[in-house]
Amino acid sequence: MQLLVNGTPHTVTVEDEMPLLWVLRDVLNITGPKYGCGIAQCGACTVHIDGAAVRSCQVAVGDVWGAVTTIEALAPDAALHPVQAAWIDHQVAQCGYCQSGQMMQAADLLARNPAPSDAEIDDAMAGNLCRCGTYPRIRAAIHAAAAALRKG
Amino acid sequence: MSRTRTIARRSFLIGSAAIAGGVAFGAYLVARPIPNPLLQGLAEGEAALTPFVRITDKGIILIVPRADVGQGIASLQAHLIAEELDIDPATATLDPGQPHAAYYNATVAADGLPFALYDDGRLARMARAGAKGVIKVMGMQITGGSSSTPDMHETLRRAGAVARETLKQAAAQRTGITRADLRTENAAVILPDGTTIAYVDLAGEAAAIDPVTDVTLRRPDQWRLLGQTMQRTDMVAKSTGAQVYGIDLRLPGMEFATVRRNPGIGGAVNGYDAGKAATMPGVIGIVPVTGGVGVIADNTWRAFRAAEAVQIDWAAPAYPATSDEMWRVLDAAHTDAHRNSRLRNDGDVDAALSQAAHPLSAEYRTPYLAHGALEPLSATVLYTADRLDIWTATQVPDVLRDRAAALAGLDPARVTLHLLHAGGSFGRRLDIDYVLPAVEIAMTRPGTPVQTTLSREEDMTHDFPRPMQLARCRGAVQDGRVAALSLDTIGPSVSESWFGRILFAPPGPDTLLVLGAYDQPYAIPDYRVTGYKAPSLVPVGSWRSPGACSNVFFHDTFLDELIHAAGADPLAERLRLIDHAPSRGVLEAVGEMCNWSGPALGDGRGRGIAYGFAHGVPVATVVDVTATDLGITIDAVWIAVDCGTVYDPVNAEAQVTGSTIWGLAHAMNCELTYEDHAPVQTNFDRFEGMRLHQTPGLSVRLLEQGPHVRGLGEPATATAAPALGNAIFAATGQRLREMPFSSSVTFA
Ligand code: FES
Ligand code: FES
Repeated sequence: MQLLVNGTPHTVTVEDEMPLLWVLRDVLNITGPKYGCGIAQCGACTVHIDGAAVRSCQVAVGDVWGAVTTIEALAPDAALHPVQAAWIDHQVAQCGYCQSGQMMQAADLLARNPAPSDAEIDDAMAGNLCRCGTYPRIRAAIHAAAAALRKG
Repeated sequence: MSRTRTIARRSFLIGSAAIAGGVAFGAYLVARPIPNPLLQGLAEGEAALTPFVRITDKGIILIVPRADVGQGIASLQAHLIAEELDIDPATATLDPGQPHAAYYNATVAADGLPFALYDDGRLARMARAGAKGVIKVMGMQITGGSSSTPDMHETLRRAGAVARETLKQAAAQRTGITRADLRTENAAVILPDGTTIAYVDLAGEAAAIDPVTDVTLRRPDQWRLLGQTMQRTDMVAKSTGAQVYGIDLRLPGMEFATVRRNPGIGGAVNGYDAGKAATMPGVIGIVPVTGGVGVIADNTWRAFRAAEAVQIDWAAPAYPATSDEMWRVLDAAHTDAHRNSRLRNDGDVDAALSQAAHPLSAEYRTPYLAHGALEPLSATVLYTADRLDIWTATQVPDVLRDRAAALAGLDPARVTLHLLHAGGSFGRRLDIDYVLPAVEIAMTRPGTPVQTTLSREEDMTHDFPRPMQLARCRGAVQDGRVAALSLDTIGPSVSESWFGRILFAPPGPDTLLVLGAYDQPYAIPDYRVTGYKAPSLVPVGSWRSPGACSNVFFHDTFLDELIHAAGADPLAERLRLIDHAPSRGVLEAVGEMCNWSGPALGDGRGRGIAYGFAHGVPVATVVDVTATDLGITIDAVWIAVDCGTVYDPVNAEAQVTGSTIWGLAHAMNCELTYEDHAPVQTNFDRFEGMRLHQTPGLSVRLLEQGPHVRGLGEPATATAAPALGNAIFAATGQRLREMPFSSSVTFA
């Protein structure tokens, strides 16, 4: 089957039911999206399909309905997306394992809502678990990234 | 020498140190310098100026042997060296190195002795020196116990200074200018006329001279990196998806595997039928491993699916099947026969309690808890007839190397560890059980690298959890003051369980069992802490702030109950009772930060304070909550800690907030309960922790009044739960004596 990932077309021959997460990680060797739970509880596997955040552990590869973007291509041309720049600036990561998913979720939020309130951030990010407890800095970095995006 | 004899000798040494303060064995061994491991395998023109600094023509490599599990210690180790070496740590390559005696951790052994860490008396100091000597002889390299910074800060700064002065000496020899007239900046030696010679150009000459070891470390007011806002070296990789964790490693021709082991830990495999699984797509092999079955496939998902399809007949393990039965074992262990220590025994508690008009008593419980690092455990192994390569993250590299070598029938020198950053650990990677089956699996595929990943369910089922623990407290108040406190803490022994798996069970009192209770610097007139060691149940392990994560909850909550009964102010009475200046400092600081005016805030709101002394760090935490129609909300948290010296303030704040959130999260809603010998909770749907919408604003103050440099990865865990429980009491009048609190109240 055909898959467009980070702008590159791929042909993969696997079961239709294989989750997109594992096709990305183990077939295409795109390892930015992480496996944390496999049951839609942690958000570590979050990628974009046609720009919207999805849990790639829950999407069968046969059902992928559009272009897939992973953290590796969140910013075009190997630059930093404002979310990534804010993450670096605020030194959000501890172990960092959840952060690909956190940033993909945050980027989706900011694409839809350029000035989210704390409550809107809470809603959007509720599905992304961080065992290290980086939440306060995630919140601060989202506000900073929103401000940077608004400035252009 | 056989393995048993080695172990017996090691346990003798530990025992001698603990009992006799280290005088029983050879001072010669302790004093003998440890060779520099980097000197082996140096290429022409390369220099290994200390075990921590290697200079090649391509650049500078810093050896950072303490494992980074998210606490940022790789970056701090690099900054400690760089401060004296005068380099930008971001330009150096950081390498965890190979396990070696040069990287031993002395602090973690000294911290385990039965002396409170604020006790700087002669006996305590002698015993610590003895324990450090033993560890040096044994060369045990371990990351844990918040010991990395205390153990390494001087060593690494000194390594940087020795390397710098040696490079200057090489430049002096080349130019004829005396070393005193040279300075260094930005990875180069600078001559008086401003000419620079890059360190990399001096490597060959520096390698040929004896290292300059008479160095003086720079004073804090001379630091240009340490103590100031610094950028962790791993931030860019971790913000771009580039960081390679164990499960991300990709090698040419690699195969993917998983294991299923007996959910009853230690139970045998009666037999299994892999007939159906073997025919599933992508399956390469199904092989027995110790305690279970390994499945090799062409991707991880196919390996997971095939592993589920293997029919396995498990034998029951040695421990009881259910949590209820286990609680009964703890209850039955509250007898003199199980009494293990009484490291605090001030005044006459029995007399005080029998004379008290209204003695108080209360029972507390904490449950088993999984580590649940977000990255599931994994290891990638390449086995050939004469060599073993292992890619993984571990906190005990020398133990891992030796055990893997024994399993593969190779000399430890034939094992190469490629150590990676971990996607969390919280103490889990002090065990090596997830690597050994990966070695067994790879040995069936010689010449092919095999990555073995545990499913989330297998990871949680096969955790070595924080143990369940029970405390029975009695106390008395008099004239508005706390007068007597007796705490009996009863639980299975983490020391016995973990040390038994890793090395050997140490002799002497089990300090971990009572840590966070016996070593609190309170001057309560009649004051006693007794540890009761229950028979071992589920094998258990160190979990962020081991011992203290349960005992500080018991101790501080009961103290809060006594203070309430006395009608005293929770902050003022803790301050009155504390006999330790840095501890008073954190309490006063947290009171000032939250503008403390007592626990009652009105309108369903309440404020709780907790104090604890953990890993040598005094911590005070204040939590504000509101009882809303939807449940309890946590509104704000203030934390003050004193770690002696703050090297990296930004990361220190992250560790304090992270460990506080960790403590709050598990107190709120996490537990492992057992049915059929296995935990019921095997994924994050039933082991939720805290999410962003529940996270309050947290304010941290870092104090530097304490006499010793200490680490911050764990201490603030301990006070989070009691502060939350005390706040809920202030808001609702309901006293929470059992974790998780969600068994008694609802959280919004
Ligand atoms: S791995 Fe997909 S939500 Fe956890
Ligand atoms: S940074 Fe470790 S899980 Fe989020």
